[in-house]
Amino acid sequence: MYRYDEFDYQIVNERVAQFRGQVARRLSGELTEDEFKPLRLMNGVYLQLHAYMIRVAIPYGTLSSKQLRMLAHIGRKYDRGYGHFTTRQNLQFNWPALKDMPDLLHDLATVEMHAIQTSGNCIRNVTSDQYAGAAKDEIEDPRIVSEIIRQWSTFHPEFSFLPRKFKIAVSGTPDDRAAIRVHDIGIQIVRDGKDAIGYEIYVGGGLGRTPMIGKKIADFVPKEDLLAYLEAIMRVYNMYGRRDNIYKARIKILVHEIGAEEMKRQVDVEFAEIRKTGALHLPAEEVARIQAYFAPPGYETLPDESTELNKAVLADRDFANWVKSNVAAHKVPGYAIVNISLKPIGGTPGDCSSDQMDAVADIAEKYSFDELRVTHEQNLTLADVRKKDLPAVHAALKAAGLATANINLITDQIACPGLDYCALANARSIPLAQQISERFSDLDRQHDIGELKINTSGCINACGHHHVGHIGILGVDKKGVEYYQVTLGGAADEKTAIGDIVGPAFTEEQIVDAIETIVTTYLGLRQPGERFIDTYRRTGIDPFKESLYATH
Amino acid sequence: MQLIRNGKFVADDFATVGDEDALPDGAVIVSLERWQKERDALTARNTPLGVRLKSGQEPSAIADDLDKLKVVALEFPVYRNGRAYSYARLLRERHGYTGEVRAVGNVLRDQFHFMVRCGFDALEVADNITPEIWAESVGAFSLSYQPATDGREPVLSLRQRLAARASAREAV
Ligand code: HEM
Ligand code: SF4
Repeated sequence: MYRYDEFDYQIVNERVAQFRGQVARRLSGELTEDEFKPLRLMNGVYLQLHAYMIRVAIPYGTLSSKQLRMLAHIGRKYDRGYGHFTTRQNLQFNWPALKDMPDLLHDLATVEMHAIQTSGNCIRNVTSDQYAGAAKDEIEDPRIVSEIIRQWSTFHPEFSFLPRKFKIAVSGTPDDRAAIRVHDIGIQIVRDGKDAIGYEIYVGGGLGRTPMIGKKIADFVPKEDLLAYLEAIMRVYNMYGRRDNIYKARIKILVHEIGAEEMKRQVDVEFAEIRKTGALHLPAEEVARIQAYFAPPGYETLPDESTELNKAVLADRDFANWVKSNVAAHKVPGYAIVNISLKPIGGTPGDCSSDQMDAVADIAEKYSFDELRVTHEQNLTLADVRKKDLPAVHAALKAAGLATANINLITDQIACPGLDYCALANARSIPLAQQISERFSDLDRQHDIGELKINTSGCINACGHHHVGHIGILGVDKKGVEYYQVTLGGAADEKTAIGDIVGPAFTEEQIVDAIETIVTTYLGLRQPGERFIDTYRRTGIDPFKESLYATH
Repeated sequence: MQLIRNGKFVADDFATVGDEDALPDGAVIVSLERWQKERDALTARNTPLGVRLKSGQEPSAIADDLDKLKVVALEFPVYRNGRAYSYARLLRERHGYTGEVRAVGNVLRDQFHFMVRCGFDALEVADNITPEIWAESVGAFSLSYQPATDGREPVLSLRQRLAARASAREAV
């Protein structure tokens, strides 16, 4: 894991001091809320429906046990004993008081954490694959380049006042677990014909009210040139991104308006110029320095089969179900990847209590080299668990109420905060996710339905990724009444797709039944081994429309 | 409005004149449109000249005239509009401009640091800005991760120098 050196510490501590001054100016009345807004937004402080909220950066989703314990502590000390993990691999505290924010940030800084660039029109926290370093088909650990980008983008003087927020995601495997094609820039680590490692670049993806899939503008950017290339994209965007209309200010609109070809041309021109100066040339020694932090942990040499595991699977049905859905293959024999669901039946997706955070920190310390990850699906991952420890890990998670066996199943939903917290919401998201979760609580049924992702947003901003849910639900407001519009066929993986709208929206009373109808329709149509998304891609929307809107 | 030039609060020796205004004696800053229309008359005056670019007016529009200009003023229409950060860097790094690059418009105290890093050496700021505020704001960060226009050594290269020194010490 990356560790701060004296320079990193100094920058973060100076930021805490600066924000302390800004908060003091707001509290003394020297700054109006309007004047304070851009300042707090640079530091992850939002004003929600009921209170200020702070979004803590978890760069590329990686956390140490010590850091997670600090988050638990902050949850207790400044909030209501819990935190909320988000789709951008960050953590939000919904209730701290403004006057406490500087102290909260100070506490974070003691464990090498901060809230820099978690909001505002700047380059946001870089996200990546929660299986980084452990995935079987990984070309290179994506956290190395993510950390390099984190540093380059931190307080970038030219790109701190962009037309809009800007998000970068990195994937190191052909399987995309970082949703790179719905980010402003998606970076795919690739190998060229001669075995050199470099980057394929996608630009102009995004959700929001105009969802778009990123277009590839470079097949292979060499390692040493990545920052120069990124700086070129950012400069083109900063100069030509629209500023007349905030809904059209995203890079996806620029790419759409001028075309991917023209975008590529402009970026290439700028890249050639920036490259000439050599100032952003990335020295191999620096890459190696960062790489050393992400060296594989001290794996033991183990047989790939574990008799302890096999026995426990036969003996305990709960455990067997959990292994089936929550455990993934690891590149090292005898190890496994464990996913911890933050989607208990009837719970709020992504919420985690301080006590649970402490429990996970202990489990990670004991069984997974002291380290864990946050996923963009609002879950947690222990990347390096010995197979023979899986029964013990399961038991410990169960004791903490964290052993829900539903990863990638219908109750593993993404949901935005919606009307319960968000000032922009048109409809509730959390209670809807809870109702769907209750309706499909039967685990056998969930396993029978198989992989199915339901994503819900409370308004058109798409925080809940509804466009890329296999089933997407969007809250809409019709004359003051909450309605829900359904999309089908979205995906956020290597086959990224934006879902299709099925038809007229459903009322609050109808929506859960509508989801059930969609599921039943799928079960009737599927061929052996077909996931929901495969069936949908084969049959298209019509059979679903028919069953949803059939008049009797 | 007050002017901060190279970190000092100074009297503004340039007059910014509107397109319809009569030209006063002495140094003036004019719009790009006026510059393009009255270039010859303006240069014939033999007094220091500046051009003010609005957001959306790129430095390339005056690239060939830079040797005639003592000041290029770049406008920040609202704090959110950061185009001029790129323009300033292009003026310095691409066009090699060594005259004054002045930040005008919505120039807020929390942006001074970024502006200076991008090559602005003069800023028109609100009257309530004091030398103390300037010092605090421009000095908020003593280190930077990325190279920019101010020539400050980025952290990456500091690290490499530290490492080199450590290994040299070992070699002795
Ligand atoms: C009260 C809290 C929140 C507010 C006010 C808020 C506001 C917004 C706004 C205005 C957008 C529109 C972006 C656009 O048009 O491009 C947006 C998008 C988004 N938000 Fe939030 N949000 C909040 C909470 C969250 C949470 C908790 C998450 C994660 C669970 C989240 C994740 C996202 C994502 C992924 C997008 C889509 C970004 C894209 O277009 O690529 N937001 N949010
Ligand atoms: S999708 Fe809308 S309602 Fe949900 S969090 Fe985002 S802005 Fe708020």
